[in-house]
Amino acid sequence: MTNHWVDIKNANVIVIMGGNAAEAHPCGFKWVTEAKAHNKARLIVVDPRFTRSAAVSDYYAPIRSGSDIAFLGGMINYLLTHDKIQHEYVKKYSDATFLVHGDYDFGDGLFSGYDEETRSYDKTSWSYQKGADGFVLADETLQNPRCVFNLMKQHYSRYTPEMVSRITGTPKEQFLHVCEMIAETAAPNKTTTFLYALGWTQHSIGSQNIRTMAMIQILLGNMGMAGGGINALRGHSNIQGLTDLGLLSNTLPGYMTLAGEKEQDFGTFLASRALKPLRPGQMSYWQNYPKFHISLMKSWYGDAATRENNWCYDWLPKLDKVYDVLQVFEMMHQGKMNGYFAQGFNPLASFPNKAKIGAALARLKYLVVIDPLATETSEFWKNFGEFNDVDPSGIQTEVFRLPSTCFAEEEGSLVSSSRVMQWHYKGADAPGEARNDAEIMAGLFLRLREMYKQEGGAFPDAILNTAWPYRIPDNPSPEELAKELNGKALTDLLDPKDPARVLVKAGEQLASFAQLRDDGSTASGCWIFSGAWSQAGNLMERRDNSDPSGLGNTLNWAYAWPANRRIIYNRASCDPSGKPWDPKRKVVGWDGSKWAGNDIPDFSLDSPPEAGMGPFIMNPEGVARLFAVDKMAEGPFPEHYEPFETPIDTNPLHPRVVSNPAARVFKGDMEAFGKAAEFPYVGTTYRLTEHFHYWTKHAKLNAILQPEQFVEIGEDLAKAKGISAGDRIKVSSNRGHIVAVAVVTKRIRMLDVDGRKVHTVGIPIHWGFKGVAKNGYLANTLTPFVGDANTQTPEFKSFLVNIEKA
Amino acid sequence: MQVSRRQFFKICAAGVSSSSLAVMGFSPGTALAEAREFKLSRATETRNTCPYCSVGCGILMYSLGDTSKNAKSEIIHIEGDPDHPVNRGTLCPKGAGLLDFIHSPNRLKYPEVREAGSNEWKRISWDAALTRIARHMKADRDKNFVARTDDGLTVNRWLTTGFLAASAASNESGYLTHKVVRNLGILAVDNQARV
Repeated sequence: MTNHWVDIKNANVIVIMGGNAAEAHPCGFKWVTEAKAHNKARLIVVDPRFTRSAAVSDYYAPIRSGSDIAFLGGMINYLLTHDKIQHEYVKKYSDATFLVHGDYDFGDGLFSGYDEETRSYDKTSWSYQKGADGFVLADETLQNPRCVFNLMKQHYSRYTPEMVSRITGTPKEQFLHVCEMIAETAAPNKTTTFLYALGWTQHSIGSQNIRTMAMIQILLGNMGMAGGGINALRGHSNIQGLTDLGLLSNTLPGYMTLAGEKEQDFGTFLASRALKPLRPGQMSYWQNYPKFHISLMKSWYGDAATRENNWCYDWLPKLDKVYDVLQVFEMMHQGKMNGYFAQGFNPLASFPNKAKIGAALARLKYLVVIDPLATETSEFWKNFGEFNDVDPSGIQTEVFRLPSTCFAEEEGSLVSSSRVMQWHYKGADAPGEARNDAEIMAGLFLRLREMYKQEGGAFPDAILNTAWPYRIPDNPSPEELAKELNGKALTDLLDPKDPARVLVKAGEQLASFAQLRDDGSTASGCWIFSGAWSQAGNLMERRDNSDPSGLGNTLNWAYAWPANRRIIYNRASCDPSGKPWDPKRKVVGWDGSKWAGNDIPDFSLDSPPEAGMGPFIMNPEGVARLFAVDKMAEGPFPEHYEPFETPIDTNPLHPRVVSNPAARVFKGDMEAFGKAAEFPYVGTTYRLTEHFHYWTKHAKLNAILQPEQFVEIGEDLAKAKGISAGDRIKVSSNRGHIVAVAVVTKRIRMLDVDGRKVHTVGIPIHWGFKGVAKNGYLANTLTPFVGDANTQTPEFKSFLVNIEKA
Repeated sequence: MQVSRRQFFKICAAGVSSSSLAVMGFSPGTALAEAREFKLSRATETRNTCPYCSVGCGILMYSLGDTSKNAKSEIIHIEGDPDHPVNRGTLCPKGAGLLDFIHSPNRLKYPEVREAGSNEWKRISWDAALTRIARHMKADRDKNFVARTDDGLTVNRWLTTGFLAASAASNESGYLTHKVVRNLGILAVDNQARV
């Protein structure tokens, strides 16, 4: 979230689209009801299902799963044609005025630079025009036809209300009503907030769903404002933290990235990430990249990391491509992987096409499952009848199952969706011999290190030199690790302006990432967490919930990264002269000598408004991007592409380019996509308020609340198929089938899409063959093996199924 | 407002929970004869965070046992933390069942191994499990580690073993996991954020 849970109460309009906060995030949703009750906010829900969020909304509009970009693109068109944008904000705080490369073009579903062979783009033309001084050219009058604003206007002019309705199935009047409600918040002192979750990410166009909404928030002037922002409601208690810590194939802690194999030169590696400002007077905060990177290397390698060896740059593995889970399971399925670890993760249930995942695991030499619970993955080799019909004797994978502690039995910090790092404490010992994940990792690492020390082996350097300064080496404590994450001074840090003055003494914890240096004198395991455990102690355990501003920022409750800031980009909550757009909801402001207010300013504290520094300091532009330049795989402006399994067999905008042309599809998977003729209904997976993924089926109370697997179908479809509520039905896709009880409901309605009647089948995901609930099928038996072109997040929200009475 | 103990229980029986009444200031007068104390008053209170979604609700866990070295604690009750600025004491149907997650009959207690082709688990010691796994890792890594590509690029990667990290683990565990797997050269790393 750019903002935070409590801040939702400050919104004027709340849009829940691509999520269902009332059921999936109930205690956060209370801030929606708070906004409705005390801020006269109105709630809009756009969803294929009339969810419980919709049940308490002021306005609900149905939409076909997978057509959100058409809806939101139509909204951009509405805002531009009705002149409902925050003009000064758009002009000063976005790249609307920037001129785009002369070769950039879009036509018939494709942007300039497409290569059909590789299913990818040459992005050279997806860039700005630059002047002789190296800075980007801009037209403050917005008259130049090549400025971002005009290209955007042209791009979305195709998204007429009629076209939107034809693609999404949302009745035109309902679509327009939603536009009108949101357009009101183009007023500088009004905000809309968007709440979304997997309903937007789990599509082959997931990232662009979110970008389209982000563009709307820029056009409305809602970023940085209290009650505004882009609010991803994340799915696990520390999924934010693990993302922050870079536990993804291609990243390092603090949103730094691993090098590609072509990046052999350390200087070039750093220079390409330490981006210089694209416009005069801009901050471009990533210019500090070398400080963050080198401090990380000092945390990982200690004295072994020196300027002479480029701080051990060669030791880091280099990428030839991203090894995301779809890529990895594709390799595993081909027999190219030997070992795999699932730490608190249930891939057999979580990844698409269960049959392929199970077959892939069966080709491993060894599988290690580290979990508090007996997961399906740990018993993928065991026969559970119709739910997992395998022959153990034919599966040669050696499987280790290691018991880990659960939350109640350990200490440490978790990052909530609000970016708030909260410390928790141990309440009891774990059952039996269960161990904490850190202890298990240490046990493995120290054994390996000893083996490499004794026997040698492939490239032992990084293993032998990993800094391991923990008091009990085989059980590093949460305190030690949290302090390492924060970072410390390795030598006395002197004030550059007054070398006689010591800013931080050697060995002391740093107060913030602003103190990090690129000369090896500081260490920090994750720069954005710096400040959380400073010399003042563990700020993540603070419990002062006072809220003097009334905005709900509670600056002394725990610690929010970065820098304890609760609303990021908050400089944009003020006009160019430094006065809040809405004085009643002042986040920060210029007081004549510095920036200050009810949050930590996201800005250079002493940069006066007249200096003209833009509020989006992480971008080299200094402003927000309506034009994504080369950052996205499938285009600088989001374009509607159909799901890979589309119920309408075409794309009404450009029939020759139906689905995402830049999405990666493996050989064999394209053939495994179903066609509407055979599988006419849209399948979509979702979660229930009584269950959490595949965990709570192991908890008795939750199993009692929702004991048995079901699927949800609309009344029209039930009637057409002769299905009554309570019947058992078989749901099939081109990859397999599940059998479940039918719930016949008014909540899912038939939609008219491109002249066809489209029905949706709702598939809750929470059952499996382990647990105390009634055994059921893993829902991912049905889902397709394709992901978003940028993130490779699988398309679980929109695929094709057929149903019949079982 | 004065409420006798008897009246207090009558009000409670009318369907309002006693704890919320107490919060509103309707505490009963002191009783001369106590039947028994609330169990929680003698329990140890520990603050924690709900491990499910990312709202990050504060919870209070109550355990029996006085936290002394030889007394085994057992968590007997969990409720929302009323001081927490986000959940303000509430829990959802997921969080309300947390006690049953901790005490699930499906909690794993011992390291186990399922040998190739076998149809059953076998209990083993931690040392045996970790040593066997480390042996597998080293054998695979030594055989398949790529220090340099054919065209001479230094890449130091190990692609034949992969790792999924837990999004419900703490930052501290996650960080140590990252430090270990990257320094082995693993690139097939992901967490639940990918799905």
